[in-house]
Order: sequence, then structure tokens, then C-alpha cells
Amino acid sequence: MDSITTTNLAIAYDESIVIEALEMKIPHGKITTIIGPNGCGKSSVLKAVGRILRFKAGAVYLNEEDITTLATKEIAKKMAILPQSPTAPHGVTVGELVAYGRFPYQRGFGRLALNDRKIIAWSLEVTKLSELEHRSVDTLSGGQRQRVWIAMALAQQTDLILLDEPTTYLDLSHQLEVLELLSDLNKKQGYTIVMVLHDLNLAARFADYMVAIKGGSIICHGTPDEVMVPHALKEVFQIDAQIVKEPRTGRPVCVTYDLVR
Amino acid sequence: MKVSINDSVRSDPFVNKIGRSWRALLVIIVGICVLVISMAFSLTQGVVQMPLSAAWDALMHFTPGSMQHLIIQDLRLPRVLASALVGAALAVAGAVMQGITQNPMADSGLMGLNAGASFILSLCFAFLPGLSYNYIILYSFLGASMSAGMVYGISSLQRGGATPMKLVLAGIAVSALLAAIGHGIAIYFGVAQEISFWTAGGVAGTTWQQLRILFPCIAVTLFAAILLSRSISLLSLGDDIAQGLGLRVNIVKFAAALVVLVLAGASVSVVGPVGLVGLIIPHIARYLVGVDYGWIIPSSAVLGSLLLVLADLGARMLNPLHETPIGAIIALIGVPFFLYLARKQRREA
Repeated sequence: MDSITTTNLAIAYDESIVIEALEMKIPHGKITTIIGPNGCGKSSVLKAVGRILRFKAGAVYLNEEDITTLATKEIAKKMAILPQSPTAPHGVTVGELVAYGRFPYQRGFGRLALNDRKIIAWSLEVTKLSELEHRSVDTLSGGQRQRVWIAMALAQQTDLILLDEPTTYLDLSHQLEVLELLSDLNKKQGYTIVMVLHDLNLAARFADYMVAIKGGSIICHGTPDEVMVPHALKEVFQIDAQIVKEPRTGRPVCVTYDLVR
Repeated sequence: MKVSINDSVRSDPFVNKIGRSWRALLVIIVGICVLVISMAFSLTQGVVQMPLSAAWDALMHFTPGSMQHLIIQDLRLPRVLASALVGAALAVAGAVMQGITQNPMADSGLMGLNAGASFILSLCFAFLPGLSYNYIILYSFLGASMSAGMVYGISSLQRGGATPMKLVLAGIAVSALLAAIGHGIAIYFGVAQEISFWTAGGVAGTTWQQLRILFPCIAVTLFAAILLSRSISLLSLGDDIAQGLGLRVNIVKFAAALVVLVLAGASVSVVGPVGLVGLIIPHIARYLVGVDYGWIIPSSAVLGSLLLVLADLGARMLNPLHETPIGAIIALIGVPFFLYLARKQRREA
């Protein structure tokens, strides 16, 4: 079964069309990464799927239900979306920020019930933030901050998390830390994860399924071994890439590349 | 992974100890007590000084013939109540604006709303003399909407959209323009004196009749702001996050914008274009109670009331026999605060 299906999806900002006739399937229970050059529309696809960007034509199905027929709060119980480098209000604590993830389940002034508190505590534990619960988010490192946002998404109790470049501005080890957390969530908790990633090698390392987008349409999709091939990367990124199998993970990596002239 | 908690001393230990809700409740209760005391004291001060017991008598056992009682009942009580209402309105308008735009520099004065309202009022003085207060409050609401539209329009025209600094600059430009045209009209039609009496005089001329309209208008809108507070907290995380969490962002923003326009319009219809209250107070409130608008809005209301009651008291006491413009007193506190925020904003950007 697919978690998300798009049919004939078109996205436009004012008059300029970003995405046209996009047919995409996101497999359930897998990690999907969306790759593509700057401005190819990959973030727009993620936002349209996450219903925070209105699309012009076509349809998006979430577990085979048309998202335009679902109440936005109901969607928030099934799908969490984290935009690129979100900013927390000055002075908010880790616990307070994660508690906002309970919003779709709350009514009125949003007092936290016992069940809400349990779920928040669980989200903090999974993301290894329990000890930082009362810390102000401003005082955390970039990697910790990204984990706080992921914990907020976890508190939404969805099966599906969409993330737009979750590793932006992070150094090498923090990038890995965030991606390993997401990988753990997929393997141990069964989350379906969809993310836009910039770094090809990290995308190939963590993805079960990859989608390469260029100029508003899908150029190729499939397992990392199917997508990380020289002719596909040439078409998508205009690069002449040398791909080898990385001995430790068995995943394809791009060792070096040149511009196609 | 090992979590480093060595530098947790940097977080506020006070927050952890008693919790933010209790702290917020404390701020509101203490604030209300100080507010009531200040209002009572304010009743006794002015050109004619009276003991507190006289003020009490005037309220409880009003004697129609007594001069003291008349001063309290007809002059001082309305202006004290009006300044409390207007202070709450301006502060909450600022808090709501800051929340829905994620813009720490938002204020109905800085964004030109107050100038728009007072511009329309100068038109009213010139062309519709003797207009009843019902209409004045309605027109100032329209004026605030007009200048809000202008400021937002101008600052989103350029690439990059409406950033906090652009909104402030556009607000200042629109305010200056509207003030200049307003003055022009005032001079040309010979209503300058009436207008300056009304704007410089602050709450001094408030009548019971005005209060009867002002009170329900502001009270209902403040209540609406409190109802919206949870949604505003969510919006302060950014539009995309709020939408992702299932908030209907456009509806909430529209409702919040109405709240701001009514509060700003109603305030200006009483005190004229007093700025910076909405900038200072929510920042102080946020410092005291944290990030939850469920607490920021009520505590801003209380603290805003307190600031305006004290400013009005200052207006009477600084230079007895004369009224010091209440806007000038607020600016004296507000401008350094604005500069501090602007500097901080630049460092963080």
C-alpha cells in the first residue's frame, strides 16, 4: 500500500508553474528521499503533499483518501510536516514546544491531559531529550533543536512524517545523528518518512526509495541502486558522477563528479 | 547519545521551580492589585487633591451637590477607567500583532494603524462636525483598517515580502504622510484646536457616554483575543508549522486582524494616536510569563492598563494646572525601549 499518491499534481506560484502533472507514490513504512537541483520544485511537492501549499490541479491521496476532503486537524493526526529550518519563539522550552504537537487532539484552551503528558514524555525519550525538557530551545545546538522539532512531530502521533531538508545548517556528525534518529523511527516504530535531502550520499544511504525531480517532473525513481546511476544523475544534476558501492553500508555513493560540459 | 546538561544553568531556574502557569497567574493577580491601587490613588490626584476617603464617598455615597464628588464622578473616574481600557486595548493589539506576524517589532502605532484612525478622525472633525461618538469609533476603526492595508501593501510590494523592518519603515512613512495631510486639513478647515485638544488631551475629556460605548466594544474584543490565544501561540511558531499542526491559519489571521483593528481604532477614538504601548507591554509580559499567548494576552491587558493609568496620572501631576500629553509620557519610556529592541533585532538577524 502507498501512504501518499499524487495524480496529475500541478503547483504554481502566481503564473509560473513549478510542478506539472506529477504522478508520485510514497510507499508505506519506508524512508523515501526526494532529491533534485535547486529550484526543481522538490520542496513545493513536499508542501503540497503536506497541504501547506495549495496546488493548482490534480489530487493528493493520503492513505487513499483525497486530502481536500479531510479536515485539516484530521490530517494533522495522520501526517506531520516539518518545514525547512523552522524557528522557535524566543524563550520557549523544549517541553512546551513538543506539547504543541498535541494540538490536533485538543479542544478549547488546550490543557494537557494525562495521556497528552505521557505521549510528550515518550516523544522526548525517543529523541533523547528528556533531560533537556525544561531548557530553553534557544540554548540548544542545531542538532538538538532539530530533534526537538522531530519530537513535536512525534507528539502528533502520526504514521507519516514529512521533512524538508532536516539536515540544513548541521555539521557532519549532527546530520548523521538526525538521520539515524529518523531511520530508527522507521525501523523500530514503523514510521513512514519522506524527506527532501540535498546531500546525495546521505539520501542514498538512508533511503529505501528515492525520487529524483528536475524541472517540475520526476526524472527517475526507485531504490538507491536504481537512482544513483551515472546517466540518471547526469540528467538530473548535469553532473558526470562516479558511483561506487560503499563497503560499510553497501549503498551507492558518489565519490567524485565533474560538471557536464 | 550523551546529552550535555552542564550548561543548563543558563535556563531560568525560577521557571522550573514554580512553573510558568503559576508565575503567570501571580503576575496577573499582583498586576490587578497594583492596578486597582493606582486607579484609586489616581482618583485623589489632580488640581484639587483629595483624601482617599473622599473618593470612596463619591463612589459609594454620591452627594449631588458636592463639588468633590462631582470632580471624582464626572471628571476623574471616566478618565481613569478610559485609560485602563485603552491601555489594555493597545497592549493586547500589540501582543496579537506580534504573535500572528512573528514580528517582534509589531505595534499598532509603529505600523501606522493609530495614524490612520486619527487621520480619519481629523476628516470627521472637518467635514462632519458634531458627529456622535458611535460614529467616531466606527470611523477610527475604518481609518485603522485603511492604513493597515497601505502599510502592508507597501511593504509586501518589494521582493522578500513584508519583513519586520520593512513593516516598521512603511508604518513610519504612512504615519508621517497621514499626519501631514491630517494637519493640513485641520489648518485649512480651522479645526486644528479641536483636534489638538482631543489628541494632546489624552483621556482627559472622556465622558460617561463615551465609556458606555467604549467598554463593551473593548471588553468583547479582549474576550475574543483570549479565545484566539491558543491559535495565536501556534501561529507564533510560523505559518507552515501552524498549518501542519492543523490550524486554519487564514481564518485565525483574519479574526486576529479584526481584533487588532477594533482595539486600535477604539483606543485612538479616545486618546488619539498614542504609540509604543503595544510594543513595550507584550515584551515585558513575555519576559514575565513565557511564550503562551493564553497568558501573554491577559497579562498584557493588565500591564497595559497599569501603564496607561500611571501615564495619565503623570500627565496630571508632572506640571499641575496643565496637562502633559499622555503620548509624550509614553514616548519617554517607549522610545528607548524601541531602540533597544531594534538593536537586538539587528544582532539576531
